[in-house]
This record gives sequence, C-alpha cells and structure tokens, in this order.
Amino acid sequence: MSLAVPPVRVGRRAVALRRALPMTVADESIPDEMTRLLGAVARDRDRVAFQALFEHFAPRVKAFILRQGTDPGMAEEVVQETMVNVWRKAAQFDPAKASASTWIFKIARNLRIDLLRKAYRPEPDMNDPAMVGDPEPMADDVVSRRQHAGHLRVALATLPAEQQQVLQLAFFREKAHAQVADELGLPLGTVKSRIRLALARLRSELGEFE
Amino acid sequence: MTITHHPSEELLFDYGAGALSEAWSLAVSTHLALCPQCRHDVDDVEALGGELLEGLAPVPVSRSAYDDVIARLDSEDAPEQPTARVPGHVLPQPLRGYLGSDADGLDWQRLGLGAHHILIPTGDTGITARLLRIPAGRPVPTHTHGGLELTLVLSGAFSDATGHFGRGDLQEADETLEHQPHATPGEDCICLAITDAPLRFSSFAARLVQPLLGI
Repeated sequence: MSLAVPPVRVGRRAVALRRALPMTVADESIPDEMTRLLGAVARDRDRVAFQALFEHFAPRVKAFILRQGTDPGMAEEVVQETMVNVWRKAAQFDPAKASASTWIFKIARNLRIDLLRKAYRPEPDMNDPAMVGDPEPMADDVVSRRQHAGHLRVALATLPAEQQQVLQLAFFREKAHAQVADELGLPLGTVKSRIRLALARLRSELGEFE
Repeated sequence: MTITHHPSEELLFDYGAGALSEAWSLAVSTHLALCPQCRHDVDDVEALGGELLEGLAPVPVSRSAYDDVIARLDSEDAPEQPTARVPGHVLPQPLRGYLGSDADGLDWQRLGLGAHHILIPTGDTGITARLLRIPAGRPVPTHTHGGLELTLVLSGAFSDATGHFGRGDLQEADETLEHQPHATPGEDCICLAITDAPLRFSSFAARLVQPLLGI
C-alpha cells in the first residue's frame, strides 16, 4: 500500500497480518479495530483514529468506485467526499448496528448515486416520528452479527464463482436483477436464485436461521 | 399494525446494493420506514456490501488526498447532529419530503369516480409516481398492468383477490395480475403507486375515460 500519509499504528499485529495475507481472508481483528476507531472519531473527534480509518478505507473506496469504470479523477473526488462524510456523520454511527465497513459502504454507495449517477436516493429518516421502531428481540441478533463478521468474510471468499459474479455486478456496477440477467444472458430466475443462495449463506454465517 | 405484504427479496436487495432507481426506491424506502423486518433484511444486504468493500484490493489514492480531506475538515468542523423530532405524521419520510406536506395539507387533483391523485416528480423518466386517494368502500375499475406496479398503503386499506392491504403493506403487481381493488369501507385509502406503464382497464367504459383520468 502506498499512501501519502505517515503510517499509523493500528495495533502492530493487525498491520503486520494485513500485509501478509491475501485481502479476501484478512485478519478478522482488523474490521473490529476499524469499528473501534470509528467509535473514537464519533465520540472524541479523534484525528489519529480518523487517519487510520482513512488509510484503511480510502484505497478500498477508490477500488470500489473504479470498478464501475469511473475515471480516476472522479473516483478520487468520491473517495474524498466519502471520507469527509465519515468525519461529518460519525455521530450517527452505531457500532451495535453495523460494522465500520458496512457503514462506510453505505456512505460510498449513496455518494456514487449522488455524484456519479446524478440521481437521488430516497431513504427513511431514523429520526422521523412516523417511523416504526425496531422490536426488542433484535438486540440478540446484533450480537451474533458482530461475532460472525469474520466468518462472513471467509464465507464470501468461498462462494461459488457464479454467485460472486452476480454480487459484484450488483454492488460494484449498480446492476439491478434484470440488468444482471441481461448482461450475463441468463434468465431472471437464475439471477434471483444465485443472489438468494448467496444471501442465505450470509445469513447462516450471521447465525440467523429463517 | 401488522404488515403482511412485503417487497420482494429482489427489490430489497437491489435497494440495498444501490441499484434500484429513484421512483421504485421511494416506495421501498417508505415501506422500510414502517417495517423493521424489511429494514433488517436490507441491513443484511448492506453488511454484504461492507464485506465486499473490505475484501477489495486497495488502490492507492493521490498523494494529496489525505491533506485535502483534512483541510476540508478544518474549514467546517461542525459535526452533523441528529435532527429533532416533531409531532406525529400519517406520511413517513422520505415520502412526506417529496410531497412537502403531511396527508392533511395536500393539494389533491380530481381523477374521476371520486378518486384523487397527486403526481410526484422524480428523476426517473418513464416511471410514474403518484399518491392516490380512493374513497372508502369504492372500487377501482378492473385492470391489468403493462409493466410493474408497486402500491404502498399509507392509510385506510384495500382488498382484491390476492388479499387485504393495510398501512405499510406493499403490493407488487406485474403483467400477470388482473385485479379490481376495493377500498375498505370506513376510511379513504391513501396509497403511493409507482408504475412503469399505463394500467390496462378491462372494461370498454373504463378505457374510454382513461385519457381523461390520466392514469
């Protein structure tokens, strides 16, 4: 990784492992460390923690945006906007609900829609009094969500290639089901079942049995 | 309130992945405001997105990127705070924002047969979003769909051969469904309807007046 920022100690072990392992099976402790750092930004406006988050996520967000065929200059703009929003919105991050990577994925996804597609993404407003709140039992589920994050990463890496392919078209190239089917020349039902299988795998790794 | 009709897995997935266009997203996200269960399903899709992001091989950012970002933080160092709550609404966000008002302050346009509507502009061409108000106890003429129709009930209820739809329920109809929805007696049915092709009314009489109704 070549970055213009001086290296920040995220924890020696985590940094060393990140260099040693392929990205798809990175050390399970890194995402938890990132979630802790994001909490520190939210709570204490901690610049050192922010720098470590930047070093980890900015190059991944750039890779994410480039996957769409965006030119590098524009991708860079989305990366910077994403990281500014990470800082700005940090108070809204709830570590009980999502990992840092999920939360930052959502910011990057929304900015991609806003800045690249020049479109608007309607979303529920968590503070809207008309919003129907979560029932109590979901708390258990949150614990399992966090505990299983590492397993999930390994599960993703071992998904059949055909399932990975449809996930990548959907998440990286913004293709809805019907467009994935068109692009791959597959029946819509096949695309649906591949995505359904991938999600079922994910949910079983998260400890949710439905 | 128990929601029994939810968006399909396909719609929830496309919404979570960021692949669903604005008008359809308006119906899905307004349903999400009323349905913790579907929010939870979208959380799973987003967790998958987070893991895919985490697994990408990093691409170096420009040398000045970090300094540029820090310069911007220094110039606007006021963190966003959650907005304050205001008293209750019939229409949840994001729909209320699109209409600029809650249900009691809307400028309804007459549609005929006692029904009213309000067209909702979105950035999607070829897709129509509208708020519909069907008088309590009254039917909508039997019709089929030229494409996809999403109908989200916000107050009152309607029924057709496929079931009963109350607040928060979302009906996903395509070319294969011919139905005659009836608003449930007692309260007007207000719903958000998204269509990508005009409805096809089954009766000659309804087809005759369709251009006048603009639906």
